[in-house]
Amino acid sequence: MNRILKSRAFKTTVIAAAVMGVAGVAQARDQIRIVGSSTVYPFASYVTEEFGAVTEYPTPVIESTGSGGGIRLFCNGVGEGTPDISNASRRIKASELERCEENGVTDVTEVKIGSDGIVFAQSSQNEALDLTLEQLFLAVAAQVPVDGELVDNPYTNWSDIDSALPDREISIYGPPSTSGTRDAFEELVMESASEELDAYGEAYTEIRADGAYIDAGENDNLIVQRLTEDTDAFGIFGYSFLVENPDSLVASSIGGVEPEAEAISAGDYPIARSLFFYVKNQHAEDVPPLYEYVDMFVSETMIGEGGYLADIGLIPLPEAEREQTREKVADRAQLQTSDL
Amino acid sequence: MSQSFDDISAQLRKRHRRSARLKWISMGALGLAGLFLVLFFADMLGKGLPAFQQAQIQVEIDYNEDAQRMGRAALEPEVSRLVSRTFERLIPGMIRDNPDLLGTSETRWVLADGEVDQYLKGHRHKLNDSQQATVDELVEQGRVELKFNTTFFTTGDSKMPEASGILSAAVGTVMTMLVTLAIAFPIGVMTAIYLEEFAPDNRLTQIIEININNLAAIPSILFGLLGLAIFINFFGVPRSSPLVGGMTLALMTLPVIIIATRTALRSVPDSIRHAAFGVGCSRWQVVRDHVLPLAMPGIMTGSIIGLAQAMGETAPLIIVGMVAFIPDVSASFTEAATVLPAQVFTWAGEPEKAFVEKTAGGILVLLAILIFLNATAVILRKKFERRW
Repeated sequence: MNRILKSRAFKTTVIAAAVMGVAGVAQARDQIRIVGSSTVYPFASYVTEEFGAVTEYPTPVIESTGSGGGIRLFCNGVGEGTPDISNASRRIKASELERCEENGVTDVTEVKIGSDGIVFAQSSQNEALDLTLEQLFLAVAAQVPVDGELVDNPYTNWSDIDSALPDREISIYGPPSTSGTRDAFEELVMESASEELDAYGEAYTEIRADGAYIDAGENDNLIVQRLTEDTDAFGIFGYSFLVENPDSLVASSIGGVEPEAEAISAGDYPIARSLFFYVKNQHAEDVPPLYEYVDMFVSETMIGEGGYLADIGLIPLPEAEREQTREKVADRAQLQTSDL
Repeated sequence: MSQSFDDISAQLRKRHRRSARLKWISMGALGLAGLFLVLFFADMLGKGLPAFQQAQIQVEIDYNEDAQRMGRAALEPEVSRLVSRTFERLIPGMIRDNPDLLGTSETRWVLADGEVDQYLKGHRHKLNDSQQATVDELVEQGRVELKFNTTFFTTGDSKMPEASGILSAAVGTVMTMLVTLAIAFPIGVMTAIYLEEFAPDNRLTQIIEININNLAAIPSILFGLLGLAIFINFFGVPRSSPLVGGMTLALMTLPVIIIATRTALRSVPDSIRHAAFGVGCSRWQVVRDHVLPLAMPGIMTGSIIGLAQAMGETAPLIIVGMVAFIPDVSASFTEAATVLPAQVFTWAGEPEKAFVEKTAGGILVLLAILIFLNATAVILRKKFERRW
């Protein structure tokens, strides 16, 4: 291909990169670099802003890359170019931690910061529904058991699943397959409901593709907007978006439990998950503010009951667990593959 | 004869009808495009204009002992909830930096909480009844007011909608564009000069030309992937920096500049070149002293349009990490930064309702800059263009 263009373009950019890049790498870093989950992002960026405002250190850089993408970057190795912290809306997998260790990231501390619920909500012009996990599963699964055999999902209306449910078309706006919310939904709803049904034999997570489930993109605001226009539809999104839209949305209770902060924190609400971040202890010396930031994050004014993060939708852990988190941080407890 | 005359006039009528129909259809298309534009602008203005006003509150600040630890202690209890946390959290630091403040007090206008702002603007808010009553009272006393939102232009992003602004994104955009221009302009123009003035017209240059045209049409996200693989992973350019963003966008802008420059060079008539050769100029002298100055307006126009395109780009920047939370204005080309469209993208995903107006406000600022750039391009062309 265009040899001349390439050679010229690249020579010059290479020189520019070399000259400016070296200058950047040479200085010590007192700016923390954070990557990871888009669910944790609003909370983490609140803390980074506070950290930048009240300490003499620069505001940490935080990128919302998704849990999996964040851990991949985090585990790329040790050194200035790699992130110091990765946020995650699920626990790190044993395979991911192994990859970390292969790349020399051997000393990682796990910090559990709170919980998040996934809600199944609709426009508040409707009556609130009470669903069981199984009903929710039957509405979204690609194949469902009918008379003991798996067939393509035949349910078009909620009343087809259970005559007690309203006679409304099944129409659900939910996150796409790249999203951590979708991962959690598949695990907490699809897997646990399908394991109760004999017809599957193993965990089943296939979501129907016949138009009843609509991929609505990573932006939960779009789902909320669509629900106010399409009052027959349901949406699947994070708890904080329910808190921000109390007049326009009404959430369904699952198995009789409403998605409220206490029920989610206590684990009574079935579609709830824990939020984490992972700290690269090997960077603690080269990046002096690292543990100052972590300490601020796990302080009671942030993650406690009535803390600032609770105001923006984080569901605090029970007090004993918060204490545990702070102990782990103080000890810089090293995460082992056997813990997972 | 008369038969054929009738035939012809019937045909003519038919052709006229057809051309009239086509005219109406194309006018309809234009009207529709115009309508969409008007709807878009009306929507953006309706949503975005409130962003240029922000609630401020007049408070008495009492720098007492307790305020050294907790800023809120310096404020009267009934209004402390109505003041933005971005101000309140600075109070301990203010006392630390200036111990003389301790024991004094002052009255000043500070940023009100975002909920107060939303309440005054008649949007949805989370104030309870007693807080609403307090705000109403303060409004009557003239101690709460909507004022022009200077914060929007003097700060970077914030999690608190009342304190978030576009300055860090705007500075990031300028720095990124400087890098883009510094790389893409010289390389693009020199490539075009070589291809147009020096290169022989053979199979190789034809292939190059086709490839350049193809490059101009490649989805921009691919340049992001290229930037990640080459600049960040291979050369170790700092992630999220204006340097890597600018270099990535330069790759994207390069073909646009090359094509615009070649068109501009081609429109300079050959008689100019012949005349210069006639008085003994070398090929380089011909290009430098005669062809290039005459082609300059066209080159500038093309470059500005290429730059405006790069300025509105987000997709490749997501990949190189420039879509990030950046409250501080970056001071060097290797520090993390973000750009205006990325800032709009970030705000659009925030759960707080108050960010809706920030999003639209950011779009308005971006549109204003783009209109300014495109207008400059048009003026340059009109002013300096020469017809032969």
